[in-house]
Amino acid sequence: MNYAIQTHQLTRDFGSLRAVDRLTLEVPAGQIFGLLGPNGAGKTTTIRLLLGLLPPTSGQVRVLGMDPLQQGEAVRSRCGALLEHSGLYERLSAEDNLDFYARIWRMDAASRKKRIRELLEGLGLWERRKETVAEWSRGMKQKLAIARVLLHRPPLIFLDEPTAGLDVPTAAALREDLLRMTAQEGTTIFLTTHNLSEAEKLCAQVAVIRDGQLLAVGSPVELRTRAGQPRLQVFGRGLNERALTVLQSQPGVSGVKFLNDHLEIALKEPAETAALVKLLVEQGAEIEEVRKSTASLEEAFLSLLEENHVH
Amino acid sequence: MFTDILTIIYKEWKEMFFARSTARSGLLGVAVIVALLGIFMPFQNGRDWLTTPLLILIWSWLPVFLTLGMVTDSIAGERERHTLETLLASRLPEQAILFGKIGAAVFYAWGIMLVSLLLGAVTVNLAFPGSPAFYDPLVFAAVLVFSLLASVLIASIGVLVSLHSKTARQAYQKMSVVFLAVWFIPMLVAQFLPEEIKAGLSARLMTLDLNAVLTLGMLILLAADTVLVLVCLKRFQRPNLILL
Repeated sequence: MNYAIQTHQLTRDFGSLRAVDRLTLEVPAGQIFGLLGPNGAGKTTTIRLLLGLLPPTSGQVRVLGMDPLQQGEAVRSRCGALLEHSGLYERLSAEDNLDFYARIWRMDAASRKKRIRELLEGLGLWERRKETVAEWSRGMKQKLAIARVLLHRPPLIFLDEPTAGLDVPTAAALREDLLRMTAQEGTTIFLTTHNLSEAEKLCAQVAVIRDGQLLAVGSPVELRTRAGQPRLQVFGRGLNERALTVLQSQPGVSGVKFLNDHLEIALKEPAETAALVKLLVEQGAEIEEVRKSTASLEEAFLSLLEENHVH
Repeated sequence: MFTDILTIIYKEWKEMFFARSTARSGLLGVAVIVALLGIFMPFQNGRDWLTTPLLILIWSWLPVFLTLGMVTDSIAGERERHTLETLLASRLPEQAILFGKIGAAVFYAWGIMLVSLLLGAVTVNLAFPGSPAFYDPLVFAAVLVFSLLASVLIASIGVLVSLHSKTARQAYQKMSVVFLAVWFIPMLVAQFLPEEIKAGLSARLMTLDLNAVLTLGMLILLAADTVLVLVCLKRFQRPNLILL
């Protein structure tokens, strides 16, 4: 498999504090990869190490097949980064901000003009391109920062909490823009967030870190399955105590309870749903709807943190 | 590398002069300085303005003060506004960013001085007609070189101070303290020197060869600039510039 990022036992200390602790990761090219963790988990430091902004204390890093410390300029030439802060020049206009970075990426005048127009139109900012960025809302600034990241069509993009502090509709619109634009460009995205629903919507793979240590890595579905018991939600009439007792005696069922308008059945493992439904019907229940579910990514995340805290 | 340096200078000047929010105050400030030193003072001094050897002193301090504000804002200020880390995450080499920022401050200050200097000559010739006059070539050359070297000195000190300051204001305050000390300590020391020593020093100064003094001064400044720029190059590295 072709990997955009590979780290092996990557470690970074700040004095006595270990910010990143023997982190081993592989990020496949062309995917959106999410790094999840609570505040202070080491997410931002990891991005800084991957971009060669900080040297590691120990361990190895390969980004697009190169060592960011030895080949920093080559790595950064092929990456785009939206870091903790938008990094926009508030005294300049939106167009001037993009023009400055397009010059940094050595784009000629005609390509600069064309690409800036393309991006600003794509994000609905073209009409306001002459306005000073300081006058803009946070959501607009974040969109502009994303345009800056995409300017030189980098094959790898780092996004550090891209929707932090945005209201729900703006964050959703930004996610949509991000998905659309990166799909068009075929880019690998390395995203840090503590917004788990965002990670679930965007990421093909996620890694969970705490105190700089990797707790788990996999697709959101894998993490949910690994962390939480499968569940069955049954909606209908006649779901009485007798039905509940019968279900509890079944070997694949670990617990049953009434929740508001439905019956929640916790399963020891993915069990035969049809058999359980048949049992309920035999007990006189009228079933309207049956939903299979696993733990949410949030539950999986909390359980991972809890599990590792205990250990 | 040269193109990268020019890109940084372009951005710094654009922020300073052409950004809508700062353009008016930036351009007004420049206009006041140019009007004062290019028109008012030459008009007050007449033709003497072009011949006084004090010209070197008058013109050398100007770029110093102009450089000071710009360099602290462009490094400590940019770090404070969280734009520096994004710039560091780009492909630009550290040297290009450093020389771009030093260059923007130095050429801004030196440019204003040069314009004021030339305008002063025009003012004198227009206001006091006679045979066309210009500065003494040696003094003119000395002003150009001294002011350039002094600006580089201040810009380099500004870079080093900015690296140890969290905000532009803190950097500016530290620089101001340094300059007050450099300016006032010799003056204070001179005040308390015994009269016979002062007289001896004056007599000695009168006998000095101006050319030799200028050459020595330039060499000292050049050596100081070289050392400081090398220190800046060593310190201006990505890990030292990130606010943790």
